[in-house]
Amino acid sequence: MKSFIKYISDIFSGVASLLKGMRVTGKYFFSPRAIVTQQYPENRHKKGKKKLEMFDRFKGEVIMPHSENNQHKCTACGICENNCPNGTIEVISVMNIGEDGKKKRALDKHIYRLSMCSFCALCVKTCPSKALAFSQEFEHAVFDRKKLIKILNKPGSTLMKGIE
Amino acid sequence: MQDFKFNIYDLSSFTHWVDVSLYSYCTPFWAMMWEMIIIGVAMLLFYAVIGLFLVYAERKVCAFMQNRIGPNRVGPYGFIQTVADLVKLLMKELVIIRKSDKFLFYLAPFIVIIVNFMTMAAIPFAKGIHAIDFNIGVLYIMAISSMGVIGVLIAGWSSNNKFSMIGAMRSGAQIVSYELSVGFSLITMCVLAGSMQLSTIVEGQSECWYIFQGHIPAIIAFVIFLIAGTAETNRGPFDLAEAESELTAGYHTEYSGISFAFFYLAEYINMFIIASIAATVFWGGWMPFHISGLAGFNNIMDFIPPFIWYIGKTFVIIWIMMWFKWTFPRLRIDQLLTLEWKYLLPINLVNIILMALIVLMGWHF
Repeated sequence: MKSFIKYISDIFSGVASLLKGMRVTGKYFFSPRAIVTQQYPENRHKKGKKKLEMFDRFKGEVIMPHSENNQHKCTACGICENNCPNGTIEVISVMNIGEDGKKKRALDKHIYRLSMCSFCALCVKTCPSKALAFSQEFEHAVFDRKKLIKILNKPGSTLMKGIE
Repeated sequence: MQDFKFNIYDLSSFTHWVDVSLYSYCTPFWAMMWEMIIIGVAMLLFYAVIGLFLVYAERKVCAFMQNRIGPNRVGPYGFIQTVADLVKLLMKELVIIRKSDKFLFYLAPFIVIIVNFMTMAAIPFAKGIHAIDFNIGVLYIMAISSMGVIGVLIAGWSSNNKFSMIGAMRSGAQIVSYELSVGFSLITMCVLAGSMQLSTIVEGQSECWYIFQGHIPAIIAFVIFLIAGTAETNRGPFDLAEAESELTAGYHTEYSGISFAFFYLAEYINMFIIASIAATVFWGGWMPFHISGLAGFNNIMDFIPPFIWYIGKTFVIIWIMMWFKWTFPRLRIDQLLTLEWKYLLPINLVNIILMALIVLMGWHF
């Protein structure tokens, strides 16, 4: 008798647990708002829809942030160049003579080859003056591979004051 | 000769007109031949359209249940995706397996397809659209639809591949077990209907569908039929015959191109057939939804053509079967057999007695 009661209760508890699962999927089916898939080319510029934006820690490409006075923080120390495992970065520096007559190294060109970058973030992490950062740009495709060689410092930019 | 009449609510006058005009133009032999050809071509078109649509519907339903969008690039809402898939499959190479039994290997998909056609012949699609109306229609459908497993077994055997063989044997075990449940739940409804003729069964539901007439035992029989029918079509959660994580693709592992497409299509048409049997026997087939006593409501329901009713009911049941598939994980073979022999079969036997009692005492509506 006891086993018979167990048999019957097994059936009901089994059906109840199956219905619990079906309720979840049924609810998803009837709620189109629950869809998490984004359709890529459409979600870029489509009107009325939220533009596709990457999250803050996304490693798009290495950039050098400039202030509004066209000043960057790079002292051309070359630590990023030494740390880069792929030889992606090349820092070209020039020697300037300062107001006090001393020789001082300054940045001429910070060359960044996107085609060789593995986005390991060693350059950004080891930069002593935090001159480098990652942008959230992710559409890197170009028709000419020369366009992948980028000069990060803007023309005519100078070193930010107070950074040695 | 009769005048041409096309009444969407009663297509029997139209089919009768076709019949009479064919017999007046040709000799009886050729008239019969022409009728067979017309029905065959119509069935073939219907088969292809329904098959393609079901593949699309399955992908969409699956996507929505998993919070995805599904096919959305080919045509509006991805509607011609399956047509593109079919064209791709048609153009693909048929790989010849060197150590397979070649005759049986190429025969197997056709057996599955032929079985599908033979079953579809006995299904009443609408008033007057019913290729052949046996007086033992339910028995015929039961007998023929379970023949499909022969095609599956042949496919598994002739592929000369252990995965295919295991898949085919599992499919065989599954059909042998679950055929019982399908049969018993249909017998329960035959007890209520008092007939095995599908047209009589549909006519008997003009007042009220059998699932409401037979209340408790009819609902139990309906649930059991859905479970067993899903198992019989080798669909998830009972898809042990293909079990892609264990057996790559089961019995159709070695098939490519259009012969794979035949198996794939046949699987969906099997689902359609099971759903249309369920719709016919439990939900009244093409019969509109009527509540006795509400004349205005019944007239509105009569306004919808019978074919729409039939397709609508069938697709609701297909949707329920897809809901099963995309909710539940696959059963093990021992769980599968436990479910059938320890649970469904005893419940079914008790259910038949209950139904017989209700019919004898006149407790049904």
